[in-house]
Amino acid sequence: MAETIEQLEQEEACLEADAESEAPEQIKINRIRPREFKPSDVAVLLLTLASSFSILWIVFSQLTLLNGALGFVVLWIPLFLGLYWFVNRQLFTRQVAIDRLISSVVTLGAGIMMLPLVLLTIFVFERGLPLLSWHALTSTQQGVTFTGKHTNLGGVEHAIVGTLEQVAIAAVIGIPAAILTAIFINEVGGRFTKSVRVIVTAMSGTPAIVAGVFIYSIWVTRFSYSGFAGSLALAVILLPTVTRGTEEVLKIVHNDLREASIALAAPQWRTVWSVVLPTARSGLITSTMLGIAVSIGETAPLIMTIFGNQVMNANPFSGPQMALSLLAYKQIKLPIQSQIDLGYTAALVLFIMVFAVFVLARLFGSGRRSSGARRSLLSFVRWTPGSSLEDEAADQGGVEGLQKSLEKEELDQ
Amino acid sequence: MSEVSERPETIDGRLVSSSRDASSATDLRIDGVSAAELDAKGIYAWFGARMVLENVDLVMERTKVTALIGPSGCGKSTFLRILNRMHEIIPSASLAGRVELDGDDIYDPSQRAATVRRHIGMVFQRPNPFPAMSIRDNVLAGLRFNRIRSKHKDEVVEEALTKAGLWSEVKDRQKDLGGGLSGGQQQRLCIARALAVKPAVLLMDEPCSALDPGSTLRIEETVREIADDVTVVIVTHNMQQAQRVSDKTAFFLAQDGNPGYIVEAGPTSEIFGNPVDPRTADYVQGRFG
Repeated sequence: MAETIEQLEQEEACLEADAESEAPEQIKINRIRPREFKPSDVAVLLLTLASSFSILWIVFSQLTLLNGALGFVVLWIPLFLGLYWFVNRQLFTRQVAIDRLISSVVTLGAGIMMLPLVLLTIFVFERGLPLLSWHALTSTQQGVTFTGKHTNLGGVEHAIVGTLEQVAIAAVIGIPAAILTAIFINEVGGRFTKSVRVIVTAMSGTPAIVAGVFIYSIWVTRFSYSGFAGSLALAVILLPTVTRGTEEVLKIVHNDLREASIALAAPQWRTVWSVVLPTARSGLITSTMLGIAVSIGETAPLIMTIFGNQVMNANPFSGPQMALSLLAYKQIKLPIQSQIDLGYTAALVLFIMVFAVFVLARLFGSGRRSSGARRSLLSFVRWTPGSSLEDEAADQGGVEGLQKSLEKEELDQ
Repeated sequence: MSEVSERPETIDGRLVSSSRDASSATDLRIDGVSAAELDAKGIYAWFGARMVLENVDLVMERTKVTALIGPSGCGKSTFLRILNRMHEIIPSASLAGRVELDGDDIYDPSQRAATVRRHIGMVFQRPNPFPAMSIRDNVLAGLRFNRIRSKHKDEVVEEALTKAGLWSEVKDRQKDLGGGLSGGQQQRLCIARALAVKPAVLLMDEPCSALDPGSTLRIEETVREIADDVTVVIVTHNMQQAQRVSDKTAFFLAQDGNPGYIVEAGPTSEIFGNPVDPRTADYVQGRFG
């Protein structure tokens, strides 16, 4: 035993010696990553930005005495693009220059498209945040009059309760109907498929106020203003959105799976219930949440169905209710600055609620593995636009699939 | 047929028995007893007004592997889909003729299509495990879809996966999603899924065309093994595969937009070794198609 160990050690020593003697002769492998954006490239980009800014500044405000931020930006963009192309053309090759020019144009375009969204978010937070407090969230506008100065501004609690109830009832009515409609159009089919699809398309193009007028005339005139009437109007809004979303998702489910199910002697309802819907699950949840998010922000159909009030009315079936969107609309029309600000607070709360809906959609939509919530929470936290690749890979084949698709990605690059 | 659906327990853990007396069959066979003979008589098929199959007769013998070969578009797949009533789910499709499963016409008005498909399983060209289900649930899908309650699900899963040659590879990860397997494994999972309801006949529509050579070989072994228990009908474009796996071969041909028909059918050794028709000889030797 001892001998063998000795032998092994000797062999190892020999091997090491060999490795050492061979080391200087080893060819150094020069690894390249053709698409790498090196720090030097970042420097080129920043310097080009700076120099184009400087040139334009000299021309714009020193030589020609023009002014105005918009004009500056409008001129800066083409100047930067031209300069960036030229610099890359000089430093590298024509191919690199064109590549980077197009990348810059696309990135700029994306940035410009994002701008309104970012500004909107900033605006709502800026105006709504100062009044956002526990007090505002937990008090109603009971006893608040809109004349003169008030120490008690009131809050949005009654509107939060109203919105939650109305949207919940609308979802309970609208979502099953919408999914069944989509199943009818896409899975069952038949003579009425086309006409149903036309009706759904027409519904999705109907102005929201029409939904409000419709419910007003058939419900409110007979009974009274109520949260439930608002729910009915929201369900009318929600139905076409969710139907169309669901239909698109069902279309993606590969026909092979339906055939496999039929070949296993499954009746059609079973194919839909056990194969099609579970396969489309994450898309279904997304389209459902999208419908909820759309209806949660609707104002027009609520004006003449829930009417709005200042006190807490937790019963959606009787008497006027408030909703966040309607509260924001009403407050912002008031002539008192502090009341207008409360309207923005309502808008901010609504904004956060919609965001929460999407977070929930993401959590439930991706939680398909047995390990459940923890993993899906993780996937949400890790979520970035780029990681959709990872999700896709996970769908296709877990770690192996991920590895494969990453390799593929690398090859593609 | 109601008789079968009222006796859901018969499938439980039952071993394949060879003692069944074929001549006594009056109704469609009882679940999971043994392979059956499939006899297609005078089959015609249309898509809309276009006839795609003309007067096809073929006997697919019990526990034998029958290969359907022929160039693309000659109606082999259509013929295969007629054998378990999958043809009729295409809205424009129609057909004529009789398909007898041990003497019972599967297109008899008293037969439920679902029951026919339960007895005559199918494996498709592209592996199509249900992506939202685990490996185990995929195997049990047929039982679930047919509301067959079983107290021996573990045994059913093990038996089906073993027959499909996948058990040793997946026994420790039955809870994983079926989509996480490799292509060849997925196809074997689909075979296991089809076998779990104990069909009498298994139809395979180019089961290896989406797979690499190694997985293909593995599926071919599986086909040979399951042929002891079930009659197999396999469509293939691969001559070597037909030679390797089948006992009997039928050569389909469709010329100049005319409907497809069987040029020649017989023992595989005859079709490849000593074909009667010169077109068969040309095709199997790779001169066209």
